[in-house]
Amino acid sequence: MLYNEPSPLEVKVVTKRFGLPNSESLDAYLATDGFKAFFKAMEMSPEQIIEEVKASALRGRGGAGFPTGMKWSFVPRNSPKPKYIIINADESEPGTCKDRLLMENDPHQLIEGILISGRAVDAHKGYIYIRGEYRYLIEAMDKAIAEAYARGYLGKNIQGTGFDFDLYTHSGAGAYECGEETALLDSIEGKRGIPRMKPPFPAVVGAWQSPTLLNNVETLSAIPAIIRDGAAAFAALGPPKNGGTRMICLSGHVNKPGVYELPVGFNLLRMIYEVGDGIPNGRNLKAVVPGGSSCPILKADECDISMDFDTLAKVKSMLGSGGTVILDETTCMVKFALRIMKFYAHESCGWCIPCREGTTWLKRMLDRFHAGMGQKSDIPLIGELSKNMLGRTFCALGDAAAMPTISIVEKFPEDFEAHLNGQPCPYAHANEMALA
Amino acid sequence: MTFSKELEAKFAKLLESYPPGRTRSAVVPMLLYAQDEVGHISNELIEEVAKRCKVQPLQVDEVVGYYSMLHRKPLGKYHVQVCTNISCLLRGGEELYEHASQTLSIGNKEVTSDGQFSLEEVECMGACSWAPAVEINYDFHHFVTPEKLDALIADLRKAQ
Repeated sequence: MLYNEPSPLEVKVVTKRFGLPNSESLDAYLATDGFKAFFKAMEMSPEQIIEEVKASALRGRGGAGFPTGMKWSFVPRNSPKPKYIIINADESEPGTCKDRLLMENDPHQLIEGILISGRAVDAHKGYIYIRGEYRYLIEAMDKAIAEAYARGYLGKNIQGTGFDFDLYTHSGAGAYECGEETALLDSIEGKRGIPRMKPPFPAVVGAWQSPTLLNNVETLSAIPAIIRDGAAAFAALGPPKNGGTRMICLSGHVNKPGVYELPVGFNLLRMIYEVGDGIPNGRNLKAVVPGGSSCPILKADECDISMDFDTLAKVKSMLGSGGTVILDETTCMVKFALRIMKFYAHESCGWCIPCREGTTWLKRMLDRFHAGMGQKSDIPLIGELSKNMLGRTFCALGDAAAMPTISIVEKFPEDFEAHLNGQPCPYAHANEMALA
Repeated sequence: MTFSKELEAKFAKLLESYPPGRTRSAVVPMLLYAQDEVGHISNELIEEVAKRCKVQPLQVDEVVGYYSMLHRKPLGKYHVQVCTNISCLLRGGEELYEHASQTLSIGNKEVTSDGQFSLEEVECMGACSWAPAVEINYDFHHFVTPEKLDALIADLRKAQ
């Protein structure tokens, strides 16, 4: 199912089958170029496949934006141990709701992408780690997997090519931290999801001590198009080193929130005003979270920008996971920072002290501040405490809590000052109006 | 413990999914699927899962404490989860949560006296573009207004 109308500005690569009748079925998939890329990949050498993915300039769609072909090349060629493909479908970065649609509407595209990645790194077993809340998607993927087995697109000697692959789903049970790749590995081994020291990287020592390739659902869903239509066509959709499209999850204060597939490098203001049809009630833009709650926030005057990995890095933010959250002028940034910190304090696994203590301390401070009990000296202290978490933890959760907070304090000091001296939140009534 | 035939089939499939000797991997999904059937995670269930996955009960217990969807106490028959994370917050998620709390006359993680409903303020559940969102058991509801939520709850009450 789709939950919002598509936009005429979309460029459909991974979502091209969305909206077709029974798009989730194998027959519909086969009727629309399905598995063509798989057969092509079976004619290519693993090195050729990896080179093609490198040339496509595909970068990880989970949030970090690491070049996918490069990641594939890190998996050792000759390993005495079995290798595994793990698909990260733990989608839980606040603002992000795209992998859901890919699994619901085009599960066989994901399966084909997994098979090609298996061929490229010589892996024959894969696990799709799906967050527990997405139960209906575990069922949908299980159904698609069963269909693929029944028709010889999974299992032994797939379509007579001599290539074997087994694919399974694995349910999470509610933990943001398990979206972090090394914590996910502990989780799939049946443990608490706690991050691991790197190196060794999962490509060398991953699940069950074996070489493991971990990729996001959207990343692997793009693979069939790259192999089928060629890397050049995919790369050409975006700016240099930023190939393809992204599923942008527009949310917050826009008239037409929804998930839209747009070329990497699409202008952010056009996303808001043309794709999202602008801000309700003619209000002004205040800020944008470009790609999930972990990203440093952009002020309205920074939003005339190309949404690609490198341009956002230049303004000290991130393209992240595609969760683009729009905030209008009625938004209290203290409250917003508080809600973000409440989330990270709840989700910190507690393994690293700076994150465990820092997120909770900051949550309390922001809570007190929002209630009008803050002091002027708290304003720099919030930034300072956040900076003390940066880079001092095993995984990026501590950074993810710190980065948006630092940017909010630096870019919106006036919102913090307006809460000083016991003043009630100046936005309290504005929020009520926004809901009316 | 005895479970339904469907659940036993799920367990059997889980145990053969993982590489040889890695049955510990089945612990988390097995707990969640079992909880769906028996309502909550009892000491007895922990022992049972430990036996089936060939691990110590303590190794199962520590996992239960970590994952937010695993519950040691019974939930309501209908577990109402209201998201108040950023995308939902901007679209009235907090007000929706307060409304749910008033309608059901219970607070966060509480159960109604008849055991029919429980309420939880949850973190982002991946429905941001269709906010505010509510998940009742495993069913997603998008663009939820207080009126729509009241209607959903009323329907579930009638279905009892």
